[in-house]
Amino acid sequence: MTPLTWIRIILVAAFFGVLEILCRTRVIKPVTMIPPSEMVRELGALLASGSIYDDIRQTLAAVAIALVLAVVSGFPIGVVLHAVPRLRRAVDPLLATYYAVPFFVFYPVLVAIFGLSQWPVIVIAFMFAVVAMVISTLNGLDRIPRVLDKVARIHNMGAVETALRLKLPAAAPHLFTGLKLAVAYSFIGVIACEFIMAASGLGYAIAYAYNNFDNRTMYALMLFVLALVTTINMALHVWERRLLRRRVR
Amino acid sequence: MSGDVNTPHAELAGVTRIYPGAAGRPPLHALGPVDLVLRHGEFFSIVGPSGCGKSTLLEVLAGLAPATDGRVTFEGRPVAGRVPEGVGVVFQEDASFPWLTVWDNVAFGLRRTGVDAAEIERRVGDALSFMGLKDFARAYPAQLSGGMRQRVCIARTLVMQPRLILLDEPFGALDAQTRLLMGDELLRLWRRTQATILLITHALDEAAMLSDRIGAMSARPGRFIDIVETGWPAERDSRIVAKPEFGAITSRLWQSLREESLKALGHGRAQAGASPTA
Ligand SMILES: Nc1ncnc2c1ncn2[C@@H]1O[C@H](COP(=O)(O)OP(=O)(O)OP(=O)(O)O)[C@@H](O)[C@H]1O
Ligand SMILES: [Mg+2]
Repeated sequence: MTPLTWIRIILVAAFFGVLEILCRTRVIKPVTMIPPSEMVRELGALLASGSIYDDIRQTLAAVAIALVLAVVSGFPIGVVLHAVPRLRRAVDPLLATYYAVPFFVFYPVLVAIFGLSQWPVIVIAFMFAVVAMVISTLNGLDRIPRVLDKVARIHNMGAVETALRLKLPAAAPHLFTGLKLAVAYSFIGVIACEFIMAASGLGYAIAYAYNNFDNRTMYALMLFVLALVTTINMALHVWERRLLRRRVR
Repeated sequence: MSGDVNTPHAELAGVTRIYPGAAGRPPLHALGPVDLVLRHGEFFSIVGPSGCGKSTLLEVLAGLAPATDGRVTFEGRPVAGRVPEGVGVVFQEDASFPWLTVWDNVAFGLRRTGVDAAEIERRVGDALSFMGLKDFARAYPAQLSGGMRQRVCIARTLVMQPRLILLDEPFGALDAQTRLLMGDELLRLWRRTQATILLITHALDEAAMLSDRIGAMSARPGRFIDIVETGWPAERDSRIVAKPEFGAITSRLWQSLREESLKALGHGRAQAGASPTA
């Protein structure tokens, strides 16, 4: 491990250590927060009981669906926008202001359309994630050397083949940024939706515990979400490094 | 050698190219009218001041860009809209694929054409050893020098067994010594493949050493102002730079190009005449 990794580990450990001490010495009251060690124990018990597996499964499924939809539609949308400059100029201001829109206000509309299913949650998470993918695709395509287009013409490649066999791999470093953002936005979208409005899922479970003053469960679940997202991000990071290592000098 | 030696391998007749003016700018007359007949199996080089339309000529000849006017033919058939089978192009820019190994880079075109695996293996291996890349088959372009990446691109073109190879300043980014050595490799490649080669270069010595004929182009819009026949034997290499004829050829090229290059730099004829001769 590099010194930087160690510094990072020490910082995180120090944070939890200080938190532990503050809770144990009651500087932070038990009604406000339980010590991190208790959170871990509580989470262990929760997982052992199996009572939250359905919520976990449902949340992960919603995230996965939103993510896959965002990636497989974000990339082609980016390719088309890149290929039609006029369309892109028309859409650009919309993309730039996109994240100023609070998507959650659409939830009632989506419930009216899809009913009280998982779909309103998925759609909002998708809306959250897809534009990050579109923007990253555009960024990546902008940086592809023009000569690759000529290479495609020399091999008489069609538009779809050029997109998949040349543009996709050439833009991969930027697409990966898009993928990481899409993962983060899908999680935020799904869990926030569940938290505010749904009747199941991890976000809902946290909100439910909160409303019932069940501090221990709430913190255990929060710890779980934190650990889950961190693990996924770290895995993506390692994958990205593997993939891109050979492409840089 | 395929085809009749007396019929032109490729031909430009009265070709011009005018780039349509984008966003309020006037159209740009980049090339021509030019006439050019490439003979079967010859090594033809084009030299000319920067911006005179050399790359434009290459793109028109390859079918990558349409001629505004005139006629382009390859092996007797008109070139229009698409790159004809049998034409290979190596660009000035590094066009290697950074996400593929050297081996996969070179095999890229073959894999698309449905050539069987054993034949791909054979041809790629052959091209790699010919270009001196055998030991780097598993390397990625990022691990190679600029000259080696350009060789990867040449190998990638070579495996398709083109009958006409167009090279647009392929060694432009290399130092002069490496360029001379790459020139030797080009000659070797030319003799072995018996392909017709059109090389665009900004180095007069490179053109003089490699070519059967050299076309010197005027400042934009580029036209041929001189075509020099070198008379070199097919078995030649960079050592001919020591011959007196070599000096005569380069100085003739420079005489044709000096004033055109000054024009391209933005100097007028009067200034050109007033400055001491090179
Ligand atoms: N796509 C394009 N649209 C408009 N003008 C262009 C385009 N491509 C080239 N030109 C212009 O056409 C002229 C000829 O360009 P070209 O690239 O053919 O010159 P060149 O002789 O290859 O130059 P260099 O020696 O610098 O490579 C230049 O003035 C250039 O700016
Ligand atoms: Mg050029």
